[in-house]
Amino acid sequence: MTDPSIDLINIEKRYGSQVAVRGVDLQLNASESVALVGHNGAGKTTLMKLMLGLIRPSAGTVRVLGEDPVASAAVRSRNGVGFLPETIAFNASMTGAEVITFFARLKGVPKAEGRDLLARVGLSDAAGQRVGTYSKGMRQRLGLAQALLGSPRVLLLDEPTTGLDPQLRQSFYAIISELRDAGATVLLSSHALTEIEGQTDRVAIMDRGRLIALGTIEKLRSIARLPVRMRISVESRAENLVQHLDGTVLNVSIINGAITGAEMNGFTVDLTCGDDSKMEVVRRAAAFGPTVRDIEIFPPTLDELYARFLDGERAG
Amino acid sequence: MRHILTLAGREIRDGLRNRWVLAITVLMAALALTLSFLGSAPTGNVGVGPVEVTIVSLSSLTIFLLPLIALLLSFDALVGEFERGTMMLLLTYPVSRLQIIIGKFLGHVSILAFATVLGYGAAGIALAAAGNGNGFAVWRPFVAMIGSSVLLGAAFVALGYLISAAVGNRGTAAGLAVGVWLAFVLLYDMALLGALVADQGRTLTPEVVNLLLLLNPADAYRLFNLTGFANVSVFAGMAGLAETLRLPPALLLTALAAWIAVPLTLAAMIFQRRQV
Repeated sequence: MTDPSIDLINIEKRYGSQVAVRGVDLQLNASESVALVGHNGAGKTTLMKLMLGLIRPSAGTVRVLGEDPVASAAVRSRNGVGFLPETIAFNASMTGAEVITFFARLKGVPKAEGRDLLARVGLSDAAGQRVGTYSKGMRQRLGLAQALLGSPRVLLLDEPTTGLDPQLRQSFYAIISELRDAGATVLLSSHALTEIEGQTDRVAIMDRGRLIALGTIEKLRSIARLPVRMRISVESRAENLVQHLDGTVLNVSIINGAITGAEMNGFTVDLTCGDDSKMEVVRRAAAFGPTVRDIEIFPPTLDELYARFLDGERAG
Repeated sequence: MRHILTLAGREIRDGLRNRWVLAITVLMAALALTLSFLGSAPTGNVGVGPVEVTIVSLSSLTIFLLPLIALLLSFDALVGEFERGTMMLLLTYPVSRLQIIIGKFLGHVSILAFATVLGYGAAGIALAAAGNGNGFAVWRPFVAMIGSSVLLGAAFVALGYLISAAVGNRGTAAGLAVGVWLAFVLLYDMALLGALVADQGRTLTPEVVNLLLLLNPADAYRLFNLTGFANVSVFAGMAGLAETLRLPPALLLTALAAWIAVPLTLAAMIFQRRQV
């Protein structure tokens, strides 16, 4: 395995007496996308600023593409870094085309690539307009276009999907996976796990300046051991079913079917069970016979997962 | 170097677009033309005065006007970009902070130089067209005035950058810029004059006064233009002073250059350490 593209070792950042980030270890590799999730003020932006060399860590080591980002030698390595800030601001009197050409020059990228990127984010028609007239979504798209200049090896995106409509969000994630597949390291932050929609390889959860969880969504699910919800619809003998499932479920309730009438009478059995006993419940329900009409399984939502990690952190 | 030019180009384009360049050029040309053609009005006649008179009046006006324009152009060059959030993105690009500050500075100085050369140049051409001033000896001080005006402007742009790098918000920067203007353009000379009168020449020897005059870019500029050329100093009423001052023009220009280099270096050092 090669060196990580982004390497944070025991990072701490204080502003006066206020601790913005503490004890963060994070290694991100080439060809992976990672979501940095946390509520506002959890330290996501601070972490990105540290990676960009905009601020210096109070303690610890930061390496991006092998360089200390605040060192003067890092000026060159920034050719390989793209950044989309949370609130993007441009020189309002410049047109979209001028903005992208300006940034392309600074990155030593041909002008044509800037034009192509504008087309890619759907801004070709607005390229001649001043940025001051752009909507929030358009500014965000222009911001994304400049971040993609020069096919960066490290792409840092701070709350990138806010202000994007669902269609654009999809094409945005498509661009991210494409870059990731081409070998880039993509780090994007979000204040909610659901925002990420499972689009990244790994998730890092931050809370009050600390990194409290890191791994794939599946790994986080298994660590969190959140119960699975299930809904079994039966035509009759719901009590028998419940007895039959005894020992595998944590919690169960029977709801009378909404449809009334002699033959259509049905029952819904709502239950929760541990992730490990999920299959046993399904097997037993299936074995219960033809009276079982339907089995629905609801894995824990990302919000529940996120809340679990925050609760666990605060309780501990 | 390419990056510096790209950044300077952006400032110039910005200046052209928000009409700064136009406004300054028109203002300077209007004032220069007015002074050239009405410069002799105080003596009782309206008409084109000699080039030397124009130089005296124009350089006196420049001392007030140009530092103010330069400070207005530059006070938010850095702090404004920090506040708007455009600086953060720029700093993530492969450009060093030194390149950013030099590029922006060159852009602003170009705007000022363009307006000064064009505005004062127009007045010079109008004077020449009116049949005034023959020969190189007459025009040399005029060209020197335009050149030194650009230097004076650059010195105050550099001071503006120092303010802009050092303070946290635009309001403070604007206030400080006005303060710097007042201090160098008005208060310094008044204080010096008051001190001279009170001191009666005991500690403030001519050498000390010379040094104190070099410590203000506006005074260095004034002395360069009013005492630097014999034909001008006669009109400026400085002929006697020019002999006792013994500040050679080269030294005055060096002082102006130092007034560009030192504040700009300090601004670069502060900017280098600033966190976003």
